[in-house]
Amino acid sequence: MVAALTRVFGVHNIALAEDVVQDAFCRAMEVWKFRGIPENPSAWLMATAKNRAIDVLRRQRTARTSAPELGRLLESEWTLAPVVDELFAPNAIKDDLLRMMFSCCHPRLSEEAQVALILHILCGFSVGEIASAFVSGHTAIEKRIQRAKKVLAGSKRLFDVTLPADFSARLPAVHRVLYLLFNEGYHGASAESAVRAQLCHEAMRLAAILLEHPRGATSTTYALSALMCLNAARLPARVDASGNLTSLFDQDRLLWDRKLVLEGLKLLELSASGSELTAYHVEAALASVHATAPRTEDTNWATIVSLYDTLMTIHPSPIVALNRAIAVAQHEGPERGLEEINAIEDRKRLSAYPFYSAALGELELRRGRHETAREHFRAALALARNPMERRYLGRRMNACERDDSQHVGFYEEFQNRPLAFESCLEGVHRS
Amino acid sequence: MSEFTFLFRGRDTSASPEQMQKTTQKWVAWFKELGEKGHIKDPGHPLEAAGKVVMGKQKTVHDGPYAEAKDIVGGFTLIEARDLSQAVELSKGCPILEVGGSVEVRPIQILNM
Repeated sequence: MVAALTRVFGVHNIALAEDVVQDAFCRAMEVWKFRGIPENPSAWLMATAKNRAIDVLRRQRTARTSAPELGRLLESEWTLAPVVDELFAPNAIKDDLLRMMFSCCHPRLSEEAQVALILHILCGFSVGEIASAFVSGHTAIEKRIQRAKKVLAGSKRLFDVTLPADFSARLPAVHRVLYLLFNEGYHGASAESAVRAQLCHEAMRLAAILLEHPRGATSTTYALSALMCLNAARLPARVDASGNLTSLFDQDRLLWDRKLVLEGLKLLELSASGSELTAYHVEAALASVHATAPRTEDTNWATIVSLYDTLMTIHPSPIVALNRAIAVAQHEGPERGLEEINAIEDRKRLSAYPFYSAALGELELRRGRHETAREHFRAALALARNPMERRYLGRRMNACERDDSQHVGFYEEFQNRPLAFESCLEGVHRS
Repeated sequence: MSEFTFLFRGRDTSASPEQMQKTTQKWVAWFKELGEKGHIKDPGHPLEAAGKVVMGKQKTVHDGPYAEAKDIVGGFTLIEARDLSQAVELSKGCPILEVGGSVEVRPIQILNM
């Protein structure tokens, strides 16, 4: 709704658009107390916001403060209501969402600011909800969003999605932000913060909107959507009832969302057209190999290794190399895995990454070197970034006491998100 | 059964959207319960905060009501109850009380001819 109203009032009046939405919400809350919640609450809210917008425009009477291209139409009493009506039509709203999505991916904004802005404006998340999702301070997020809105308001108009060159130029940024949004939700998904799984769903919803637009439905968008679906399919099995992370090996595959898997595979097929091959394509393919293995033992590790080989040519990084080494270990045994790890170029960049030490720990554990394994896990534990990771690594450390080399759970944490973990290598704390 | 008015005062304007939603749901539940027991004559409406006050022989018109937020009537409901005591008991379930608001319970004067 804010997107639609920003079109009515103009991008420099984003605050006014938000006020109208807020106002409509408050009114709805009051009336529904007495008259009950309607069957279609969002239609009700939409209508209320629309009427309020018309009121505001009538009172303002200076359409020059509104969107310049609508100016004269909004000034005349005859056309005012019909024009606003049209702007609220379902197709127009979808366009507005896309326009807003692209506008939020403003080159002058940091990626974190872009993600926060999208969550706030497009997904309706409150500052508090965003702060808890990013494990960040309320004030920090508030400032970030305020500054971002200023940048947005500074542009004369919302991004024009009809200009092909501009569209293609900004599409990669949009992809990246949606990917980051999904990753934030996926990696953080836990019993304690349901809002994080919501992030995944929001990312998927926005990617779907992108797919509905003829110019947005590129091979890469399909790949991105595929990887989201295939990974989101595992969410129900990822965290157990006590809020503990469950590795890919131990997950109850019956809990995987079959519909999402099928959706993801379908999207992966669609991404295979054309000659684009991005990291998203490879990640989606990796996810599909796991998603189609009925049991862990059935996973085609050879394919996984070769997919990582491909990823290394597109997007070489120590993290990708680490994930590849782990896959090699799965395929050829812990010795080979350790060889590959030691062969990683600039692996010292991985020193702050807990799962680097954890990987060494796992492989040593499999070789029966309990002492060495425990030391690695101890090091990993010291680098853990949240309670869930701490618990997980603590358990692995304890597993070294018993002869628990059979329990080989750790892959889940490694194999995903090779791209997003770049920031942790640079020592930037995700905030 | 006799009729009574509930006059609500003390709307909480500082609530976050999440809180507002929760509050609305509480009201909906409260009204549902009253309705199921046959106590709702008319659920009534919320009232806009700003209006006018027309006073006296001069019929002067002022902006108003000017009163503290806790004193302004924010809404009303028409209730059916056995007597004032029961009406009062029924009002105790109102969520506005939880945020420090109040419910004024007034019998409606009806002349039985």
